[in-house]
Amino acid sequence: MTGDHQTLALLLFSVFVAVTLGITTWVSRNRHGSAEEFYAGGRLFSPMENGFAIAGDYASAASFLGVPGLIALFGYDGVLYVVGFLVGWLVVLFLVAELVRNCGRFTLADVVAARMSERPVRIAAGTSSVTVSVLYLVAQMVGAGSLVALLLGRTGGAAQVWTVIGVGALMVIYVSLGGMRATTWIQIVKAVLLLGGTVVLTVLVMIRFHGDLDRLLLTAAERSGHGSAFLAPGLHYGGDWTARLDFISLGLALVLGTGGLPHIVSRFYTVPTALAARRSTIWSIGLIGAFYLMTIVLGFGAAAIVGPEAVKGSNGAGNTAVPLLALDLGGGASSTGGTVLFAVVAAVAFATILAVVAGITLASSASVAHDLYASLRRRRGGRPRSEVAVARGAAVGIGVVAIALGLVARDLNTAFLVGLAFAVAASANLPVLLYSLFWRGFTTRGAVWAVYGGLIPALGLVALSPVVSGSPGSLFPGVDFQFFPLDNPALVSVPLGFLAGWLGTVTSAELPDEAKHAETEVRSLTGAGAV
Amino acid sequence: MQSSNGRPPGGGGAPDRTPGNHDGQEQAREDTAYRDPWYDALASGWGEGDGTAAPVAPVPAARREDRPGGGARAAAEAYLEVQRSPEFQEVRRRYRRFVVPAVTAFLAWYVAYVVTATTAPDFMARPVAGAVNVAMLAGLGQFLTTFLLAWAYARHARLRRDRAALELRWNTQELARGARGGVL
Repeated sequence: MTGDHQTLALLLFSVFVAVTLGITTWVSRNRHGSAEEFYAGGRLFSPMENGFAIAGDYASAASFLGVPGLIALFGYDGVLYVVGFLVGWLVVLFLVAELVRNCGRFTLADVVAARMSERPVRIAAGTSSVTVSVLYLVAQMVGAGSLVALLLGRTGGAAQVWTVIGVGALMVIYVSLGGMRATTWIQIVKAVLLLGGTVVLTVLVMIRFHGDLDRLLLTAAERSGHGSAFLAPGLHYGGDWTARLDFISLGLALVLGTGGLPHIVSRFYTVPTALAARRSTIWSIGLIGAFYLMTIVLGFGAAAIVGPEAVKGSNGAGNTAVPLLALDLGGGASSTGGTVLFAVVAAVAFATILAVVAGITLASSASVAHDLYASLRRRRGGRPRSEVAVARGAAVGIGVVAIALGLVARDLNTAFLVGLAFAVAASANLPVLLYSLFWRGFTTRGAVWAVYGGLIPALGLVALSPVVSGSPGSLFPGVDFQFFPLDNPALVSVPLGFLAGWLGTVTSAELPDEAKHAETEVRSLTGAGAV
Repeated sequence: MQSSNGRPPGGGGAPDRTPGNHDGQEQAREDTAYRDPWYDALASGWGEGDGTAAPVAPVPAARREDRPGGGARAAAEAYLEVQRSPEFQEVRRRYRRFVVPAVTAFLAWYVAYVVTATTAPDFMARPVAGAVNVAMLAGLGQFLTTFLLAWAYARHARLRRDRAALELRWNTQELARGARGGVL
């Protein structure tokens, strides 16, 4: 990577930072932080705006760089991986978006707490939401650090450390000053940039192959050295039965976890009604689906044009497949076109990480202030105004924690961390949410057990997995307390979450409150009393 | 649609309206909202930039620590009454009749896809036409069914559920407000 690339990429990225900071200041003028304003951006975004913002929140750098890289190296198994990210949106559309918009105010815990004894349920759901957010956040911070090293050629710890700190500081500024309104606009700008960049690259790939997809696939297969096996599953997730079960576990986490991600759920509160929440989900399914279809083309394009050898030579996990493809499509390393396209891709990737990080920070600061702080300090009479002040403070606190963890976990695999966040969301958040929306007899003890019964096994199994100990690539390679063979715990912890919720309910002496169930059911399906 | 405004479902008594209340204003706001359901959040009084919060919420909010006593209990009765009404049960039945089979179908289809890909790669590798094999078709099929189901859900909700749900929403809010004695 030459100096030109770096300078141009840095310039473009600085423009993005300047624009987003401009948005933040412009949006936060004359606004005196009510809770509606800070957590939900005033609730008056249109379905299209929110659809773009959701797509922006969801499509992280792992999708833009990781998926094409995976396809370039392992062929069809990358497609297998990406399908789960899209199919999970049907769970959101059918079971979560409208009902949550109708029942809650700011967070996922609102929906559950409305029916139950509020304090323990809110603390449980708040804890699991913050856990999911922090895991997801660390994944993005780690990704940002390694991106800099990869794209700007600045190897060595210092650049990585400063990137993580810089990203953390920027996200704290966005969130604590601009709240949900600024965060949403940053997501929209980022989604447009990301989709625009992806469309341009896809069109260039298709032009290169004269629109002939068949030839693109055949060239990719031929160049991969695997022949037709490149176009069929098995190169990455094949292996022994443990590897195969691990992939099934990951697939389960992706499909069921999307509906439990706190930063996705909180996006539905930025639109006025359940109808608008449904329309924004439809928008986001269209945008995300189109985006993933294009990343598949980019992945096979990178295999056919750049070649797996060159991709692997640049980065073992394939994360540089798209930048390398851009360089080639623009006319090669020494051409102006190649330089510009490479810089654009690098800047889009930075923008992507920055925006995703801001969205998650906002959601987790809402969980801290609205669920945890408000429950723990309820007796002293917290007023909404002070709650927003707490949320701003929490954004700073979470920023610091994420920076610290991002620096510690620098060497962990980003895709693993994202998969883990989805697994925890699927095990701890989804069971309690579905039970409280649909089960008449669900009780407070059931709700608390459902959260902890999913959260603790999910985290515990990871601690006992080969990721943490007992294999050369693990976090503590020196010791061996590995007990659970899979990297991703979802296959076991999701059923445990549902089971614990059921067990807690049938063993509790508390009679379910008919009237509160009626209220939740009527509100969730009609929108009566929705804020 | 308009004709049923203010008619409580399930034959419940009409809420008592005392004169001197700012009823006319409420009614006007609600009518605007009625025509423009997207922006009806404003109708319940959550103005933006309203720093002090605690605006007029005509119905019980999600948090129930407010106002102990008869009002809350009466409002709870109102929700039970709506829940038992045939209009609501019809909306719920339509929602479930679409969502339950649809969720079962796409989860089964996705699990079948993932399990087949991991356990029977030879079957997935079977060529169909040119470079396209069973795996490619199945993967594209997942994208296609996701788009189709999303479209079908939106269409079903728009045609079979939205109108009835919106009527129930206003009727429920009237009923709950009546139960609270017409204030707030």
